Amino acid sequence: MYQPLMILTPEQKAILEGKEGATKAKMMECLVRYGDVFGAKKMAEVTHKEGHLVTSFGIPMLGTVFTTMDELITSGAIAKDGFTVDPRPCDFKNVKCNPIEKMVFSKIMYAKQDDYEKQLQAEGLVEKDAFSCTCYLPEMGNTPKEGDVLSWAESSAVVFANSVLGAKCNRNSGILELFGSVLGYAPEFGFLTEEGRKATWKIILKVTKRPEAQVLGSAIGMKVIDEVPYVEGLDAFLKPLPDEDTIAYLKDFGAATASNGAVGLYHIDGITPEAKRLGEKGLLKKDYQTYVIDDAELERVYRSYPILWGRKEGKAQKAFIGCPHLTYHQLQKWTLRLGKALEEAGRKKLKVDTVLTCAPAVRKKFEATSEYQKLLSYGAHLSSICPLMYMNNPLCAKKRVATNSNKLRTYSTARYYTDEEILALVSGKEGKQS
Amino acid sequence: MKTFTGRVIFGGTYSGEAVVSHQGFNTLASFEKSGLKKNCTAIIASDHNNPDVYGLLLTGKALCLPQTIGSTTGGMLIQSQAKRGITPTCWLYSKEIDPISASGLILAHVWENLPLIVIDKLGDGFLQNVKTGDKIVVKEDGTIEVG
Repeated sequence: MYQPLMILTPEQKAILEGKEGATKAKMMECLVRYGDVFGAKKMAEVTHKEGHLVTSFGIPMLGTVFTTMDELITSGAIAKDGFTVDPRPCDFKNVKCNPIEKMVFSKIMYAKQDDYEKQLQAEGLVEKDAFSCTCYLPEMGNTPKEGDVLSWAESSAVVFANSVLGAKCNRNSGILELFGSVLGYAPEFGFLTEEGRKATWKIILKVTKRPEAQVLGSAIGMKVIDEVPYVEGLDAFLKPLPDEDTIAYLKDFGAATASNGAVGLYHIDGITPEAKRLGEKGLLKKDYQTYVIDDAELERVYRSYPILWGRKEGKAQKAFIGCPHLTYHQLQKWTLRLGKALEEAGRKKLKVDTVLTCAPAVRKKFEATSEYQKLLSYGAHLSSICPLMYMNNPLCAKKRVATNSNKLRTYSTARYYTDEEILALVSGKEGKQS
Repeated sequence: MKTFTGRVIFGGTYSGEAVVSHQGFNTLASFEKSGLKKNCTAIIASDHNNPDVYGLLLTGKALCLPQTIGSTTGGMLIQSQAKRGITPTCWLYSKEIDPISASGLILAHVWENLPLIVIDKLGDGFLQNVKTGDKIVVKEDGTIEVG
């Protein structure tokens, strides 16, 4: 049996010794080893019990996920307080595919999707449509409060929970986050400790206008990698939380820091809860490094993104807006902006096949509004899929897909455009596309 | 020949070739093209943002890196692709290992009983002295010989 370095309670030790079965013993060993690697002194109790899983897709090549889930279900190692999970990979109704693409999705790539969803439901999925990367939005209901300890994965959700909500969660990997939810413990290291939440980078913004959230996050992520940045100067462009526009901005900013780097927590001076409470004095470590970001630096980062379209000068064939999933507020705003842009372009319908994505619960709320019909009347589609999983299909990856998501750009051949550029592109107004 | 020592997380012996990433290694971006194919027998790094490793064979190699970055699916990908026998055999970190890859390598070890070698805290000098294609020897005590 593994000899832990950390101190375990009698209950935790009993699980490790197999008193609750061999499967839970292995699960506990994984969590204890995980903590030992990072010098955790003990296990913390998970106080926000509802988990969030990153693995939402039934790709046969991830065989270990399915065998592990089978073992957990069979042995009764269930997440009794439930969990939400990342978005589904396919939505043939709202994201049109040709018959060959559809065949690749359903017969090859995600051939185990139905089986896997049955496993998720048996293991503790809170609701059959609880699939979104924005589980923390009020419509989804999996919203921790400040100080809560979580056992979540999904890089964009973890960085939002830590930074904007003030919860405590490490950047756990898929599968291990589920072990924490089932056993109710997470090793106490990193973002679960006071010291681990302190910043080692001071980011000084010297910009003339509000930076594009996705480019600013990308610049910071690439610079600090996995360290904690304390950002000064952004509060001049954001209203205090819980302003809906600020929430949306920080969601997109955080996703870019986490995908272009490995940021799990950031502090925004005057905005995020710990920065407001403790300020620079309480959060910046003594030997911090400094990164000054001005307009030229943002432009340099933006220009550094490779364009991976087969024909770089070709026109976009599809556009994805919403990675991570859009908030209700963003959906309203995009509908308004698209309508205005179409009017300016003298068009009734969008020029590019455009898919906006949001959580199923957000969609339901939005469907009840007149804006929903307006959005559809423009020819846009609303879906709850993960655009990245769409792009994983080699046939779809060959298409010229445009996006305003830096996360999607990082993991696919999609080309990045700023919000204004993608608006011009899809509406037919002049953009950078040539 | 230069030698380096670090912290042994999972030990073992190895003799093979280095693949070096000087920037954070994005597991999802690097594994996704090869690793998600049905009959894949080897991983060719597919991260277009990482010119150090893009297009290089990773299977069976000693991956020398600062840390991994990116998606939290990274650990699960390491576990599943290790089970298929197509990951790097050695994971040699100049810095402290990151939580995502630590999770995956622990899952590979505990859940799948796979003997991947994992050594971290090798120092910045390690990445300054090792080049892609260099011969790497890992000894039982965790000593790494380069060249």
